[in-house]
Amino acid sequence: MNIMVVGVGGQGTLLTSRIIGKTALAAGYDVKLSEVHGMAQRGGSVVTFVRFGERVYEPVVEEGEVDVLVSFERLEALRYAHFLKKDGVMIVNDTRIDPMTVVIGAKSYPEGIIEQLSAEHRVYSIDGAAVARELGNSKVLNTVVLGVAAKHIGFSEEEWLGVLAATVPAKTVEINTRAFKRGYEGKA
Amino acid sequence: MEKRIMLGNDAIARGAYEAGVKVSSAYPGTPSTEISEFLAKYDEVYTEWAPNEKVALEVAAGACIAGVRSMACMKHVGLNVASDPLYTLAYTGVNAGLVIVVADDPGIASSQNEQDTRMIARSAHLPVVEPSDSNEAKEFFKYAFELSERYDTPVIFRTTTKLSHSQSIVEIGERVVPEDRTYERSVPKYVMMPASAIARHRVVEAREDRMAEEGATFEINRIEWQDKRVGFITSGIAYQYVKEAAPTASVLKLGVVNPLPKRLVEEFISQCDTVYVFEELEPVIEEQVRAWGHDVKGKELFTKQGEYSANMLRRVLYGAEEIKAAPDVPARPPILCPGCPHRSVFSVLNKLKIHAAGDIGCYTLGAVAPLNVIDTTVCMGSSISILHGMEMAKGKEYIRNWVATIGDSTFLHTGINSLINMVYNKATGTVMILDNRTTGMTGHQEHAATGKTLKGEDTYAIDLAALCRSVGVARVIEIDAFDVDGLERVIKESNAGDELTVIIAKAPCALLKGQTFPNRCVCDTEKCKRCGACLKIGCPAITKNTDGTVKIDETMCNGCGLCMKRCRFDAIKQVPKV
Repeated sequence: MNIMVVGVGGQGTLLTSRIIGKTALAAGYDVKLSEVHGMAQRGGSVVTFVRFGERVYEPVVEEGEVDVLVSFERLEALRYAHFLKKDGVMIVNDTRIDPMTVVIGAKSYPEGIIEQLSAEHRVYSIDGAAVARELGNSKVLNTVVLGVAAKHIGFSEEEWLGVLAATVPAKTVEINTRAFKRGYEGKA
Repeated sequence: MEKRIMLGNDAIARGAYEAGVKVSSAYPGTPSTEISEFLAKYDEVYTEWAPNEKVALEVAAGACIAGVRSMACMKHVGLNVASDPLYTLAYTGVNAGLVIVVADDPGIASSQNEQDTRMIARSAHLPVVEPSDSNEAKEFFKYAFELSERYDTPVIFRTTTKLSHSQSIVEIGERVVPEDRTYERSVPKYVMMPASAIARHRVVEAREDRMAEEGATFEINRIEWQDKRVGFITSGIAYQYVKEAAPTASVLKLGVVNPLPKRLVEEFISQCDTVYVFEELEPVIEEQVRAWGHDVKGKELFTKQGEYSANMLRRVLYGAEEIKAAPDVPARPPILCPGCPHRSVFSVLNKLKIHAAGDIGCYTLGAVAPLNVIDTTVCMGSSISILHGMEMAKGKEYIRNWVATIGDSTFLHTGINSLINMVYNKATGTVMILDNRTTGMTGHQEHAATGKTLKGEDTYAIDLAALCRSVGVARVIEIDAFDVDGLERVIKESNAGDELTVIIAKAPCALLKGQTFPNRCVCDTEKCKRCGACLKIGCPAITKNTDGTVKIDETMCNGCGLCMKRCRFDAIKQVPKV
C-alpha cells in the first residue's frame, strides 16, 4: 500500500504520515516513511510518503503508484495528482493557500481544481476546517482529514484510535478521537 | 525484541547510545541535525552544540584520546569546515573509537551544493561506513566503532537526506559501554610535527591497504547471489532502489565504501555477465573498479546529480516507460514565515534599494521575489568577508548601497572571524546581524548566545553587541527588527558614514516556542486602495481578493504589523485574536 500526504509547510503533513506509519507497524507490517525537513518546510510544497506491506524497500513512492493521496490543499492535490494509480483515491481538504507566485501576480491560481480532479480520479473533497471549527478546535483539521483517509487505507477504527491516542498530547485525545470519528464515519 | 519505527537520524542516535558513546559534539545542519537532538535525550551521553564543525570534531577527538567512545555530527559542507582536524586525525588515529557522522544531500533539499563526502574520505584516507535503512543505521553505527578501534582510525559514517529523513523499523538493543581506554602519552602518535607525521603517513597507508584486504571479511560487505546475468555494486539508499527495480539480480552490497574490498569486488565481477555500479553523486566506486581494469556500467547511464529512484533504474534497464508528466501549475517555493523578523529587515533593504551579501540560513529566502535583496550566498560566514572583499577591490563608494546580512548562529559559527578581519584591515562596511535568538532553518537549535545548552541547561549567553565591541567595532547598534523607521534611519546613516558598523536587528523567530501572539492584522476593504504595497513584503498570510483588495488569513497571521506599517491608507489594523 502506497500513501502520499501533501500540503503546504506548516500544515501538519508530517504528523499525519507518522500516525499512518505507526498504525501499519502496530498491524505487523514492514513500513517505510519519507519526510521533508529543513528549508523546504518553510511554507513550501511538502511531500511525505508512507509505504507498508510484507517487505518494503524504497521509502518513496513514484509517479502512477499511489493508492491513497491525501492533500491538505487544493493546488497541492492538483500538483501531485499524477502520482495516483488509475484506481487510486484522493482525499482533498478543500482549502486554498496562495503560493507567493500567485500573490505577486506572476501566476494565477487554477479554478475548478476539484471538478478537474473528479473527472479523472475518485476524489473525496472535505471542508476540514469547517468540521474542526464545529468540533470547537481548529487544530484538529488534520485528524478529520486522516479519518476520511483511514477508511480507504484499511485497519480497524480501534487500531487507528489506539495509535492516535498514543501520539497526540494527552489532553487532546478526546477531541482528536471525535475528529477522527467524524471523518472515518463519513460525516465530514 | 522491541521494534520501533524510527527516523534514520533517530536510529543513528540509538546506535550511538547502544555503542556506549559518552561524548558527542555537533553543529546543526540539514539533514544531520536531529541526530544530536535524539542523542541529547539519553542522560548517559554528554551531547553539545559546538559553534562550528571544526570545534565539534576537535572536541570529539579530545574525548576519544582521553579514552571514551566519541562522535561528531555534521552535514556535508560542515565537513569542509572540519577538514583541518579531519586530515590530521587520520594520521594520529584514535584511542577509544571516534566516528564522524556526515550527512550528504543529493538533490540539494536544503544545502548550497551537492558534494560527495566519499571523495573527501578518499583523499583523507579514512574509512566510510554507509547504511541503507534505519535498522542498518543503528547496527552499522556500532560496527563503525569496532572498525575505528580495530584499525586505530577515525571512521566516517555517511548518511544521505533520504536515509536520514526516512523512517523504517528498528530492533531496539541494550547499551553496552566498553571500559574506558587508558591514555598514554605518545609524541609520535599524537603530536603531528614533521618527524611524527612522516612516520604516521606510512601507518595510514598500511592501514588502508590492510582494511582493503580484510574488507572481504567485514560482515557489512555482502553478496546477495541470485541471477548472475546482471549484478549490481551498490550501497546506502541506492541499494533499496536496486532491490525494488531489479529484485532478481545479484547484488554486492557494500557497508564499507572506502576502502573498497578489492578481492570481494573482483570475485563478484568475475561471476556476473554484466555489472552495474549504482551510486548516487560521484563515480567513486566506479572509477576505482575501472582503474583495476574491469568493464562496468555506471555514470554513462546514471547521472551525477540529484537523488536516484527505482523508476530511474527501471527506465535504464527496461527502456523508456511512459512517465506521467507533472502538471504545469504555479510553483510553491519555500518562503519566510508569517511574522518572520527577517522579512521586516529585508523590506527596509528593498525599499532603500540596497544589495546584501547574504549567508546561510532561512534569510537566504530574502533573495527571491518580492524581497529581492540578497545578491550572494556561498557558505557559512561568507557574507561579511565578501562585503569586505568588495570594499578592498573597489573602495568605499562601491559598497555604499551594500550590507552584509548574517544570522546570530551563523555569525558565531564563522562570521566572527570575518568581522575581526574587517576591523583589522580597516574596513568601513555595514554588517547586519539578524538576531532571531535561535538556529532557525534547521529547526530551532540553541547556540552560544541563547543561554541554553543542547541538554536544555542554563548557561552563559554571549552578548553579541559586547562581542563585536570587544573585537574593536566602535559603532554597534542594537535595534528591534520590526522598527522599520529606526532600521531605515540607521542603515542610511551607516552606509553614508565611513565607520565599520554592526547593526544587530533583534526579534525572536516567529516559530520559536514559548511566544504568544495576542493580535492579528485585518484589512478594511473599504479603505484598501488596491495599491499592493503590503503585498511587496511577501507575507504568505496576505492574498488578493478578486476585486484587488487585500485579505489577511486569520489562522496564518500572527499580528507582526509589518503590513500595517507599509499601508499608507490606514486600511490595515491590528485586532485581538479571538
